[in-house]
Amino acid sequence: MDAILLQILNGLDKGGAYALIALGLTLVFGTLGVVNFAHGALFMLGAFCAVTFNKLLNLESVVIDPEQTTAWGSPLEVRTPYVEAWLGDFGAVLNDYSVPASIVLAIPVMLLVGIAMERGLIRYFYKRPHADQILVTFGLAIVIQEIIKHFFGANPIPQPAPDAFAGTAYVGEIFGLGQTLAYPWWRIVYLLFSLAVIGAVFAFLQFTTYGMVVRAGMHDRQTVGFLGIDIQRRFTVVFGLAAVVAGLAGVMYTPILPPDYHMGMEFLVLSFVVVVVGGMGSLGGAVAAGFLLGILQSFASMNEVKAIIPGIDQIIIYLVAVVILLTLPRGLLGRRGVMED
Amino acid sequence: MFAGLSRNDWFLFLAFTAVILLMPIILQPIGAAYPALMQKMCIFGLFAIGFNILFGLTGYLSFGHAAFVGVGSYAAVWSFKLLTMNIVPALMLAVFFTAIFALVIGYVSLRRSGIYFSILTLAFAQMSYNLAYSVLTPLTNGETGLQLSLNDPRVIDRLFDGAGPGLPRVNFFDLYISGGGYAGFYTCALALIAGFFISIRIFRSPFGMMLRAIKSNQNRMRYTGFNTRPYLLAAFVISGVYAGLAGGLMAATDPLAGAERMQWTASGEVVLMTILGGVGTLVGPVIGAAVIKYFENIFSSFGDATLHDVFGFLPDAIEDPLVAFLSLFVGDGWHLTLGVVFMLIVIFLPGGIMEGLRRIWNLFNRRRPGDREATPAAQPQPAE
Amino acid sequence: MPSNAVLHVADVHKSFGGLRALSDIDLQVMEGTTHAIIGPNGAGKSTLLNVCIGRLAPDTGAVVFDGEVITGKQPYEINQMGIVRVFQTPEIFPDLTLLQNVMVPAFAKHDGAFKLNPMQAMAKRTEIIDDAMHCLNDVGLAHQKDAVAASLSRGDKRRLELAMGLVQNPRLLLLDEPTAGMSRHDTNSTIDLLKKFKGRGMTKVIIEHDMHVVFSLADRVTVLAQGRIIADGPPDQVRGNPKVQEAYLGGTH
Repeated sequence: MDAILLQILNGLDKGGAYALIALGLTLVFGTLGVVNFAHGALFMLGAFCAVTFNKLLNLESVVIDPEQTTAWGSPLEVRTPYVEAWLGDFGAVLNDYSVPASIVLAIPVMLLVGIAMERGLIRYFYKRPHADQILVTFGLAIVIQEIIKHFFGANPIPQPAPDAFAGTAYVGEIFGLGQTLAYPWWRIVYLLFSLAVIGAVFAFLQFTTYGMVVRAGMHDRQTVGFLGIDIQRRFTVVFGLAAVVAGLAGVMYTPILPPDYHMGMEFLVLSFVVVVVGGMGSLGGAVAAGFLLGILQSFASMNEVKAIIPGIDQIIIYLVAVVILLTLPRGLLGRRGVMED
Repeated sequence: MFAGLSRNDWFLFLAFTAVILLMPIILQPIGAAYPALMQKMCIFGLFAIGFNILFGLTGYLSFGHAAFVGVGSYAAVWSFKLLTMNIVPALMLAVFFTAIFALVIGYVSLRRSGIYFSILTLAFAQMSYNLAYSVLTPLTNGETGLQLSLNDPRVIDRLFDGAGPGLPRVNFFDLYISGGGYAGFYTCALALIAGFFISIRIFRSPFGMMLRAIKSNQNRMRYTGFNTRPYLLAAFVISGVYAGLAGGLMAATDPLAGAERMQWTASGEVVLMTILGGVGTLVGPVIGAAVIKYFENIFSSFGDATLHDVFGFLPDAIEDPLVAFLSLFVGDGWHLTLGVVFMLIVIFLPGGIMEGLRRIWNLFNRRRPGDREATPAAQPQPAE
Repeated sequence: MPSNAVLHVADVHKSFGGLRALSDIDLQVMEGTTHAIIGPNGAGKSTLLNVCIGRLAPDTGAVVFDGEVITGKQPYEINQMGIVRVFQTPEIFPDLTLLQNVMVPAFAKHDGAFKLNPMQAMAKRTEIIDDAMHCLNDVGLAHQKDAVAASLSRGDKRRLELAMGLVQNPRLLLLDEPTAGMSRHDTNSTIDLLKKFKGRGMTKVIIEHDMHVVFSLADRVTVLAQGRIIADGPPDQVRGNPKVQEAYLGGTH
């Protein structure tokens, strides 16, 4: 029982990341009709917003203090991050919380990136075949990740979680299930965060005219034009929103997976699978399938399961996608007529 | 079997053959006339021709073709390890196994079309890649890659003569293929020429016309009395076999096989070559492959120092930022160049290099630009 | 009832949601005849045609062709049995040349639903090319055989569509408003063309608005209104039927 609960928990944080990426992917799909292979790169860019923010916070002043000497007798270099020098204790706290704090940087950056992408490239591809959209965004993904590689190198850059959340939560005790059910705090934070973002996106779509455009667009893209509102601008915002959501997913994921330049590609493939399983153009489907696949994957990683079917953890998600595509062509919650050609 | 090509096609085929065989001379001035590079161009040319038979004729965009290259490579290396260093059985096994593999994957993937097909092929390729790295390690030797070793059985070789000292080389009887010599290049060149010939025949056959009709209007094909799925599956398998043969040749010229050959970015590379050269044209994919391999070779060998040499004549104030900017694109940044070029091609010249050449040709022949939609290289001449 | 009915639509019902599109349709098409189905807009003509080619499955009843039930068969199987439809909105192969557009259905007729011939030279298939050229000639498009089909005018696309149907020399040709959008002159040449094929034993079902076409070609006319057959008989008899005049002129809906 504990083991099963633990696997579900383990799957949920990964599922949260899948769900957030897939949400943006399917949003762009359903509303703009664009297959965006660069969406994984946006997730990666978000993660590197956190890296950049952390680097900025850690810019140090180096003062040579002649009063103090090192063990070897040379004068001691005292390194103090500027934030701590200027802001004192608050600076130290800020530094500790650099990952969540970098959301402040990530939101405007990702919004700008998203808007620039839509205005600069994507909008010219609304009427081109899906194959062209795939190809051009695939090219863009390569460009983005190579630029990141140029500036940040090829190696993963670990990001610490805030000290308060660095430890392990004995979730079992909370539910009265015993000590064995332990789970890193940050993953719980990530799960709650992703639920909050998903909730915010749904609320945004529910209570603003953007939601109307999205829902109408997903229903029938031809008729959105007759709604009498500035569709172009709303499309741009929807794309920006998708970029922000992917970016936020990336920011908060950094303590779980040290970011490197090609993490986006890996998550992109998986998120596409999530979108397909959930049903093309179905927001609820993307979220449900994200969590479902995350949990399935973590079950497949159990030693007991791997003993029966070796290697199942490596392919479970793809296997599920193949089975779903062949038996339920529209995915779990997809509607008729979306992206069928 | 040599009948049935129109005069234009014969001319195209002979010219192609001549260019390929004379590559060591033709490529001399641009410094690319060494066997290791030329054979790479031929192998990837073959791969791209095969990919084009699927994507160019039917419009089905596969993102999983690298898996076939991987299977072909593994099959060939196993043939070297278990049977003989002779290239013939290795290539035959590579073709055999990829054909079966492609049949299975194609049968499942082709039940869907459009983007769903792309994602299914992608899923299969990723599965193969992940499995090659994990449970299939006994077959693939995981991250290290499958290599030859001194105590491989090589049963057929040992029947005829005992084990010689050191690692044996891939051969065609007395001719050594591996090791970067001209024999390796000419083996690959012959494979490419044969592949090109078959590709012309397919393009000009009723089968090829059916594939093009499927691309044009698949639904109409069904109401015209065709069962389209076996046509697509045949195209998929043929194109997979080309990839498997390319994989086998990679292993023959350099006898090791690693899982990274199956990664989906490797599938992306062949898409890129085909697009760059010209989708649906006969020679376009080969040109695309050659251009990419050539520039990969040049660009990735460039470093900052070379750039400083080239722009040394400029004042420092201009030189330094220029070099800093350009260094983004060379050396390790080669993939950035590739990505940028790829985007530019898809945006501005979806027909690739072949379309570019055609536009220039039309410019000089003062023809109206309206007929550039027609693809002269891809039009059958049934009445000749 | 004579026994040489090629197509028998037996007791077919079809509804979409709550809307009854076809009810109680029982219809026999005799071998070698030209059978017109007419009726005001929304009478269910297109639905009936779609049922006949297997695009839509009837809720109850069956479509029998030549003694075999075709309900539930794949579109290509139905085509291979000898039922060919000429579409109302041109469904051609836009990227292929005119000649290729006609050669493709000719191959379906000669080689069946699938034939693996990737190495066969097209030039050896002279019979296909001849058939295709012949049909292009019949519809008056032979001089444009190498043009790309997408470049044709709408009327020419209709004629190409017709050639694609005729080249298969089907046992039953279903024509969905073959002259809609054509000029009077083109309409007349289409009528002449279809008459020419009458002698060859091809059975035709025509859905048509244009009464001139109907009465020039049809041996028998069935009138649909609101999903039901309200009249069925030789053209002259149907023309005088008061129910038909009411459906067309009276407008009870």
